[in-house]
Amino acid sequence: MNHKQITYFPRKDLIGFAILAAVLMLVLPMALDVFRLNLVGKYLTYAFVAIGLVLCWGYGGILSLGQGVFFGLGGYCMAMFLKLESSDPESTKIQSTPGIPDFMDWNQITELPWWWEPFYSLPFTLFAVVAVPVLFAFIISVAMFKRRVGGVYFAIITQAIAAILTILIIGQQGYTGGVNGITDLRTLLGWDIRTDEAKTILYFVCCLLLLASLATAQIIRRNKVGRILVAMRDQEDRVRFSGYDVSNFKIFVFCMAAAFSAIGGAMFTLQVGFMSPSFVGIVPSIEMVIYCAVGGRLSLLGAVYGSLLVNWAKTSLSESFPELWLFGLGALFIGVVLAFPNGIAGLFQRYVEPYMPAWYHGRVAAKASEKGNSTTSGDNVTPDTSEEVPTGSDKQPATLKGGHYVNAE
Amino acid sequence: MFAEYTASELTAIFAMQGFAGLILFSVLVLMALGLAIIFGQMGVINMAHGEFMILGAYVTYLTSNLFSEYMPSLFDGYFFVAMAMAFLVTFLLGMLVEWGLIRHLYKRPLDTLLATWGLSLILQQIYRSVFGAREVGVTLPDWMMGSYPLTDMVEVPINGIFVMVLTLVISIGIYFLMFRSRWGKQVRAVVQNRPMAGAVGINTEKVDRLTFGIGCGIAGIAGSAFTMIGSTGPTSGQLYIVDTFLVVVFGGAQSLLGTIASAFTISQAQSTMEFFLSGSMAKVLTLLFVVGILMLRPQGLFALKIRR
Repeated sequence: MNHKQITYFPRKDLIGFAILAAVLMLVLPMALDVFRLNLVGKYLTYAFVAIGLVLCWGYGGILSLGQGVFFGLGGYCMAMFLKLESSDPESTKIQSTPGIPDFMDWNQITELPWWWEPFYSLPFTLFAVVAVPVLFAFIISVAMFKRRVGGVYFAIITQAIAAILTILIIGQQGYTGGVNGITDLRTLLGWDIRTDEAKTILYFVCCLLLLASLATAQIIRRNKVGRILVAMRDQEDRVRFSGYDVSNFKIFVFCMAAAFSAIGGAMFTLQVGFMSPSFVGIVPSIEMVIYCAVGGRLSLLGAVYGSLLVNWAKTSLSESFPELWLFGLGALFIGVVLAFPNGIAGLFQRYVEPYMPAWYHGRVAAKASEKGNSTTSGDNVTPDTSEEVPTGSDKQPATLKGGHYVNAE
Repeated sequence: MFAEYTASELTAIFAMQGFAGLILFSVLVLMALGLAIIFGQMGVINMAHGEFMILGAYVTYLTSNLFSEYMPSLFDGYFFVAMAMAFLVTFLLGMLVEWGLIRHLYKRPLDTLLATWGLSLILQQIYRSVFGAREVGVTLPDWMMGSYPLTDMVEVPINGIFVMVLTLVISIGIYFLMFRSRWGKQVRAVVQNRPMAGAVGINTEKVDRLTFGIGCGIAGIAGSAFTMIGSTGPTSGQLYIVDTFLVVVFGGAQSLLGTIASAFTISQAQSTMEFFLSGSMAKVLTLLFVVGILMLRPQGLFALKIRR
């Protein structure tokens, strides 16, 4: 393993990336009008969260039910900058205190709070979009993982944090905009973000960022870190006994997931034009998990398709049959867990990939089939899907039945 | 912040808020006991627990309508019938859910969480379709109305006292069920060592199903009690689920006493702070406090010493 170069992008992943890039950058912009394209852009911001969850949950085995927190923090940071820009003294002169955001004026606040001040600067905002959520994630994860809180407990506590942040945002109406959130965002450095042209450009920016995030995640996944994450998910104690500090890897992957979510949140604010607590709380956070689960919790590309598919279904179903949508979503949760735990990507790997021609699998797979069985090469991720784990322990791996998520090289 | 009140007023405020806290405590205990049995004993995360509670509330609502329609003379006692019905319905649904869903997921606790969340969405939508999106309330029988004056400044509502007594009775009942009955011993045996319990002839699958059913049944009773102090809507259960999980985790998942103690701490802290701060800040501070303690002491207040 030491003397062998890690292939970060094996051929079939490369093909998958190319197809996704083509679909996002060429097919969709040509096929859809600006309104629909903007909608797709909105769905894609959730794909950022789903990618983070693939790393964190699928590979690391850490289920976070609080990804909305990071999505929201990133989005709010962006929204604060945009709001400050749109509430210059000129356009807010009818307020009793001109120059502060309108909701502050409505809540009898006469001075801009100190922690809003830095958001006048775009470089600081762009830094804060990632830094604030990551710092928050870092604090949470250090406190939890260093004390070996994991599994179900971690899920519940992240959920509680999502609840706390929502209540806080709604309660501190004067500083955060309350239930309505931060609305009426107009320009970015004088550039109107509400025009059709701006929406198209933002869509492409979102796509590029998404592809960059995908590439980063892919590198993490194929790297040694990714291998350790899988090992940790399946047999945490063995990894610990091998001399690794398990908690540091968990903290790393959780912070990465938070960073991806935050970028998604900021892009959401830019494309949709507002940010509100309804994207922070328990319900949106757990819905983000289902985007990842539907796409396939072990597949980065699957997560993108999952986000697109679920959100598209949500928009079209909840427009015409609002009742059906909740039934559908509920059934999706149950179905994805019971029937196909590896999501769309799992189905694809099982039923479509075997029929793909040899060039698709690339030279490594071809070589492997020549040799017969290649599991001896050591760096093949063949997760241990043993089912002899004692029940009742909260440190169990997310054992997936069927065990067909082999990352054969 | 205490300056503008006199000493006797402060005492009265604390007494009244303390009592309001006790009512909240009772509902939390009832909800959390069911969850403590399911989560603490079986290790199953039941995100649909709130919806089981609401089912109990709706059954109570239906029973009260039934009584006022057909048997107005017996209306005073409808609540006891309603409670039994609520238990029965949620118990049966719980067994069904265990059989259809939970049973397949014992080895994947995180997936159970997602699946039961899906179940809760489906149940919510069913409630919305059947009972409407608006909240419904039950008519209390006459003897539960009004309040009982302790001093001239302190008054306690009678329905609150009733809910508290009910909580006490049920808690004692669960104690006997868990620690004195044959079923309770079997449950604890299965929790402590599943293969061994199976080897000595305990039908572990049956015990699991019963445990889940009884946990859900207690949630049903909680819902029934809930109608005495508040109205019920399709999403009321979701509002309580995080609080309830925190109560159970905070108390130490496997300890029933811990559950009661932590429900007491959380509800008292919240209702006392609610008077002086805004409701939302009280809630934020309470939850932060609980999360903070859990980070320092992940095993909860009362941790059982179990060999893992």
